Amino acid sequence: MAKQLIVDGKPIEVEDGTTLMHACELAGAVIPRFCYHERLSIAGNCRMCLVEVEGSPKPVASCAMLVNDLPPNRDGSPKVVNTASPMVKKAREGVMEFLLINHPLDCPICDQGGECDLQDQAMAFGMGGSRYTENKRAVEEKHIGPLIKTMMTRCIHCTRCVRYMTEVAGVEELGLIGRGEDAEITTYLEQGILSEMSANAVDLCPVGALTHRPWAFAARPWEMETFETIDVMDAVGSSISADVRGAAVMRILPRNNDAVNEEWISDKTRHVADGLKTQRLDQPYIRKNGRFEPASWDEALGLVAAKLKAAPAEKIGAIAGDLAGAEEMFALKDLLTRLGATSLDCRQAGDKLDPKLGRASYLFNSGIEGIEEADAILIVGANPRLEAAVLNSRIRKRWRSAPTKIALVGTKVDLAYPYEYLGAGPDTLAEIANGKHPFAEVLKAASKPMVIVGQGAFARADGLAALSLAARIVLAASAGKDAAWNGFNVLHTAAARVAGLDLGFVPGKGGKDAAGILGPDSEFVYLLGADECDLSKVSPSAFVVYQGTHGDKGTERADVILPGAAYTEKSATFVNTEGRAQQTLKAVFPPGDAKEDWTIIRALSERAGTKLPYDSLKELRAAMYRTSPQLAALDTIEVRAVSGLETLAKLGAQPSSAPFAPVIADFYMTNPIARSSAVMAGMSALRASHQQKLSAAE
Amino acid sequence: MLHDRDRIFRNIYGLHDVSLKGAMSRGVWDGTKFFIDKGHDYIIDEVKKSGLRGRGGAGFPTGLKWSFMPKADVRPSYLVINADESEPGSCKDREILRHDAHLMIEGALLASFAMRAHTCYVYVRGEYIREREALQRAIDEAYDAKLIGKNNVHGWDFDIFVHHGAGAYICGEETAMLESLEGKKGQPRLKPPFPANVGLYGAPTTINNVESIAVAGEILRRGSAWFAALGKPNNTGTKLFQISGHVERPCVVEEEMGIPLKELIDRHCGGIRGGWDNLLAVIPGGSSVRCITAEQAEAVTMDFDALGKLGSGLGTAAVIVMDKSTDIIGAIRRIAYFYKHESCGQCTPCREGTGWMWRVLERMERGEAEKREIDLLFDVTKQVEGHTICALGDAAAWPVQGLINNFRSVIEARIDDYQAKHSRMAAE
Repeated sequence: MAKQLIVDGKPIEVEDGTTLMHACELAGAVIPRFCYHERLSIAGNCRMCLVEVEGSPKPVASCAMLVNDLPPNRDGSPKVVNTASPMVKKAREGVMEFLLINHPLDCPICDQGGECDLQDQAMAFGMGGSRYTENKRAVEEKHIGPLIKTMMTRCIHCTRCVRYMTEVAGVEELGLIGRGEDAEITTYLEQGILSEMSANAVDLCPVGALTHRPWAFAARPWEMETFETIDVMDAVGSSISADVRGAAVMRILPRNNDAVNEEWISDKTRHVADGLKTQRLDQPYIRKNGRFEPASWDEALGLVAAKLKAAPAEKIGAIAGDLAGAEEMFALKDLLTRLGATSLDCRQAGDKLDPKLGRASYLFNSGIEGIEEADAILIVGANPRLEAAVLNSRIRKRWRSAPTKIALVGTKVDLAYPYEYLGAGPDTLAEIANGKHPFAEVLKAASKPMVIVGQGAFARADGLAALSLAARIVLAASAGKDAAWNGFNVLHTAAARVAGLDLGFVPGKGGKDAAGILGPDSEFVYLLGADECDLSKVSPSAFVVYQGTHGDKGTERADVILPGAAYTEKSATFVNTEGRAQQTLKAVFPPGDAKEDWTIIRALSERAGTKLPYDSLKELRAAMYRTSPQLAALDTIEVRAVSGLETLAKLGAQPSSAPFAPVIADFYMTNPIARSSAVMAGMSALRASHQQKLSAAE
Repeated sequence: MLHDRDRIFRNIYGLHDVSLKGAMSRGVWDGTKFFIDKGHDYIIDEVKKSGLRGRGGAGFPTGLKWSFMPKADVRPSYLVINADESEPGSCKDREILRHDAHLMIEGALLASFAMRAHTCYVYVRGEYIREREALQRAIDEAYDAKLIGKNNVHGWDFDIFVHHGAGAYICGEETAMLESLEGKKGQPRLKPPFPANVGLYGAPTTINNVESIAVAGEILRRGSAWFAALGKPNNTGTKLFQISGHVERPCVVEEEMGIPLKELIDRHCGGIRGGWDNLLAVIPGGSSVRCITAEQAEAVTMDFDALGKLGSGLGTAAVIVMDKSTDIIGAIRRIAYFYKHESCGQCTPCREGTGWMWRVLERMERGEAEKREIDLLFDVTKQVEGHTICALGDAAAWPVQGLINNFRSVIEARIDDYQAKHSRMAAE
């Protein structure tokens, strides 16, 4: 039912259930607020959003008042709401004054300065001076971990951080203790916050009480230029903005994207920024007598080209790592194919995903937004909290908003929401697939069942069999339901993986897979940013090229290092786990002599005598889109009918009964950039010490 | 003056047997089943017709409040009895709990039945330890006699639980009380939704003061017309008045609504210490209402409307009498400190404003202030009043407003004195 209102003399009609604040905004009014946040529960405690409702003796907190709760006028005429009357102005000035009396006047040394809600709103709605002559309150700092710097004297008790932690992050670690003017926000035992999503609380803080410790005093918001780009720390592809000053990415912030990350990002996504500056490969190196010596691009590329030409095609192999963009994978595949090599693999973790089984067999088909519709979720061999923290919050959001049955097969972990633990491995999965497990009925009864399969289930020798079982479960549960709903969801952990599979960066005819390429037979191995693979079996006589950004594991065995660009330094295409192609933006230049990755391969091709037919990124993309058109459809996901799973389901084989193992041992150390970040190292150490304490206590 | 035969609380001083037997000898639990058999709506109607207004301070019509409860809901309904009597000056509920608890238990059954509730919680103030014990004894007696409980003689399953608070004033606010009952921090909730719609554990809930509930049985027994005939129109019935401060004999006494304050004090308290000429001010309804002057006190009647007209309020009818020996600024400063201490800290105006008001008064008490700060202080109270989630902000602002409205000259004189003294000292 629609409700008529007159806001500042302007008649509007809004739906029942709209808050008065939203209604006023629809009418074009600006309503100041501190505690209200559209993704959190309503607290109504800051009192900044007061408006005048005619007929009500007191001003009304518009954030907490639903239009249908407004008492009707006797004559049935629409309610008159004023957002700019003297009463409202006075009320706002009063609240503003109260907020400021105990707020320190330290804006010049506050990191929030320039992007502070309190500052902005004091300018817009305050009365311009202070009448308070008493002493101001001072509050002790709280130690809540290496990511969040506190200056609690600045706190205005809006409780956004408390609500965020409790509701979204799902860890009850922050709270308001004390009462009256002695109320303080704190962690209960002043221990570091152990959530993968903790730093979002800082973004929510409307003042400078919580600021980002890693960037403390590093830059002012107005000094930085913002580049809207995409995160590659996991396969969610969160929308981020990279704030740049000079040649450096100073900080990474989330961007609002309802389809992917809402407005949250994981702590790794945000605070990996310092890893972009350390351990960087900034010029080519050639290993001579066991030591790396700096070389020019000419020397390095010349040597690689010579070795490439000398090696027999069947002994050439290439592995694409977790952070490789689609462009360079396409170029590398193109080059090796032209040389007749077929040993390519983008699945360095040994994932048994096969693009031949159809796109639906390796994607998160329901979509991340689809989680909010699911009413039964089976998680198989995954720990979404570590593998895709933002996506895990979406599952938590779903669990909070409606009764959702969630179950897990795999390693028992804390997911920040309750779930039913079904079993450790494929045997349980087979029981469900054969309809012998009660959860099979739950999935059948659900209108939108969802199965999330993680790397723990498919990155092993019998992975395809486990995937096949999962597909069978989905097909059985989806029978007779909405055909557009595909409940089969592969949860990737690597940003590069889906694009690699889309491009067919997998072994061709007679080609070897990642394990084979890294075996003793290869003579020439090209590692495109591949660091999470075992190089120990590669023959000492083999020639290994590492193209990447950081001096990490891959460089240890390399004979030549070709320095590439990180995700903030190039425009590259990444496809997230749900099959959404997105492009990063070049925010800064790669350090030193490092180059954008596709240009390195293009230069190499010329020296190897098989010049790739594209001279610009545009031409390369045109060629790439011809072979993989799905990469051209930016920011969209296609509907992938559940019937696409039939081939996979028919494979049938029975997996071994070994339990699904966790794939991420250390959330903060999953890729070369994170491993180079001091902040991530600090978090990793904090977590390790916390776990040690926990086990000691037990 | 209230006739003895019209008294509801006949053992308020504990002079008679407080046990169930004693209570029954005074007529409690007499005919309860008869009223229950008359049905839910009969009870609500009778209470409505009696004109009973809530005795917890706000004076909302009790029958009307009961009628807001849903008649058919899948959720259970709850009655919560507010025995968190923490308002400075108030001390009536404790007498009921100690000496006339059966009146309240009977009322709880009738009210719960009227609102289709099977469960009642009594939230007893943290400091009321003996009172809680007395209440629990009375409840145990009633259970033993099958007056309440499952399959009781009244044919309406009814359980009553005593919850002991931890001593926070704010938990007397009805929604903070619900939070506290649920095991959370006692902070008031946003309204709407009102408790009758979404209350305890998300279910329809009515919160009533002990006294409002305790009078329900007698209203039914003697008829709404009897109750409505006492007092004044719109301010009917009898009321427990609690007179403290500078009177000869402070006391709790049941009287008719609308009794002149002068009569109340003279008849029951032996008059003002030092006579009416020695009266400075009266806070007529507990610390949270604006004080009235001696002149006003001599003429006013004790009811919601008459006191409301003076800008004050009946509140809980806790009359605090202050004679001329009182430092009125100091008294209000002490009250301001109380509200600063008891503010829950949830919403801005109350959290920040109560401390500000107290600090200014602290200086004003010594005279260490500027005269313009009086207007500033008044403006601060206006910025708190009406801008908060619950009424604690109002309760903190009103006493200060009463001080400034009625005793501005006292503050100004104090400031002058201070300045004279200090300028002299500076000159010397």
